[in-house]
Amino acid sequence: MDFRPRNQKNQSISELRYTYSARNLWSGFLFGIGLVAFIDEAIFHQLLHWHHFYDKSTSGIGLVSDGLFHALSWFATVASLFMFADLRRRKGLWLKRWIGGVLLGAGSFQLYDGIIQHKLMRLHQIRYNVDILPYDLIWNIAATIMILIGITIVIQTRRSLLNMKEDGRNAQ
Amino acid sequence: MHSNGHIHDNGTGFEPILLILFSLVIVIYIAAVVISNRRYKKWPLYRTFFWILGTICAASAIIGPMANRAHMDFSAHMVGHLLLGMIAPILLVLAAPITLALRTLDVQSARRLSKFLKSWPLRILSHPITASALNIGGLWILYTTGLYGLMHQNALLHALVHFHVFIAGYLFTASMIYMDPAPHRFSYMFRAIVFTISLAGHDILSKYIFAHPPSGVTKEQAENGGMLMYYAGDAIDVALICILCYQWFKATRPKGSLAL
Repeated sequence: MDFRPRNQKNQSISELRYTYSARNLWSGFLFGIGLVAFIDEAIFHQLLHWHHFYDKSTSGIGLVSDGLFHALSWFATVASLFMFADLRRRKGLWLKRWIGGVLLGAGSFQLYDGIIQHKLMRLHQIRYNVDILPYDLIWNIAATIMILIGITIVIQTRRSLLNMKEDGRNAQ
Repeated sequence: MHSNGHIHDNGTGFEPILLILFSLVIVIYIAAVVISNRRYKKWPLYRTFFWILGTICAASAIIGPMANRAHMDFSAHMVGHLLLGMIAPILLVLAAPITLALRTLDVQSARRLSKFLKSWPLRILSHPITASALNIGGLWILYTTGLYGLMHQNALLHALVHFHVFIAGYLFTASMIYMDPAPHRFSYMFRAIVFTISLAGHDILSKYIFAHPPSGVTKEQAENGGMLMYYAGDAIDVALICILCYQWFKATRPKGSLAL
């Protein structure tokens, strides 16, 4: 979330990508958190009514965790999109790395929700009055797949970053 | 609560006084706009519009049909709370009343006002953490102790609670988005973190109300009121987050000749 302005006249695309690589990742990561929170709220709460507004078996800490993540997800959604606009006006947007960040953020949030909030804190379950195991498996496996793809993309873009750095050094 | 819900029906004598006060608040603002427009650049019209709308929002929570309903219906009370503690403060802050006052007053009075704004009590009150604690903490006390029930039996307490909800809401909003000159500014990152924690406190309280009705409120009304507080509060807070992030976005505009 570093918005520090830098002088960027006469910078090539690869130089700009290099300068703003971390910002691309962070913007995507925050957007991923906001996206999953929004899908959770819109589809599972409002449309399907699978999730409860407040499951009364919830522990105090579960309620606090839920509130903090809900608040964070709203801030993350708005802030990440402003960061996206900031990257565009600086001509430093690197869509691939940004999408890597989205998958990483979305997967991490979903896995945290599925393992810690649903299972450990018993905040609420995905669905009620059914065999919950298949739902939990799909939920958490989907989260893990997103994290793995996210990590792959981040490693790939990091490699090309290192190549860029190498090329820059050779050119000098 | 139903048994003592009508206590305020005989308090309608206050309504004309309040109505005059609220009208006065609008008239003074417009007069200040007219006076300052003679000397300076034209005051933006949208600010006057926000001031009038904000005053109407605050007034509708205290007087009129909805305020009367609020004594019996917790959802109506919650709508009033959202209007008085969240929507009205945002609109009034966006109207930049202090900037207008500084423009309108003569130099000596303006200096006195800015001295007052820089004083240590105001510095403490307008600190993001103090303002959040007063705002969200006040709501926790109102809804989790017997205060909510007591408020409906005592007209003075009732007025004090409403006054607090409004002032705390205004302080909180003004400490998060700087529309007026603020002598003690905090970084965007700091305000963003404090805001997120306050928003979480608001969300947690709405779910707590859902499960634990305040004194004198039925289970069904508490569930409706809690959900209203949660979702409507979210919508209003997202507007505030957008303003904060937009100011952040503008402040970090890259320097140099980069065309948009």
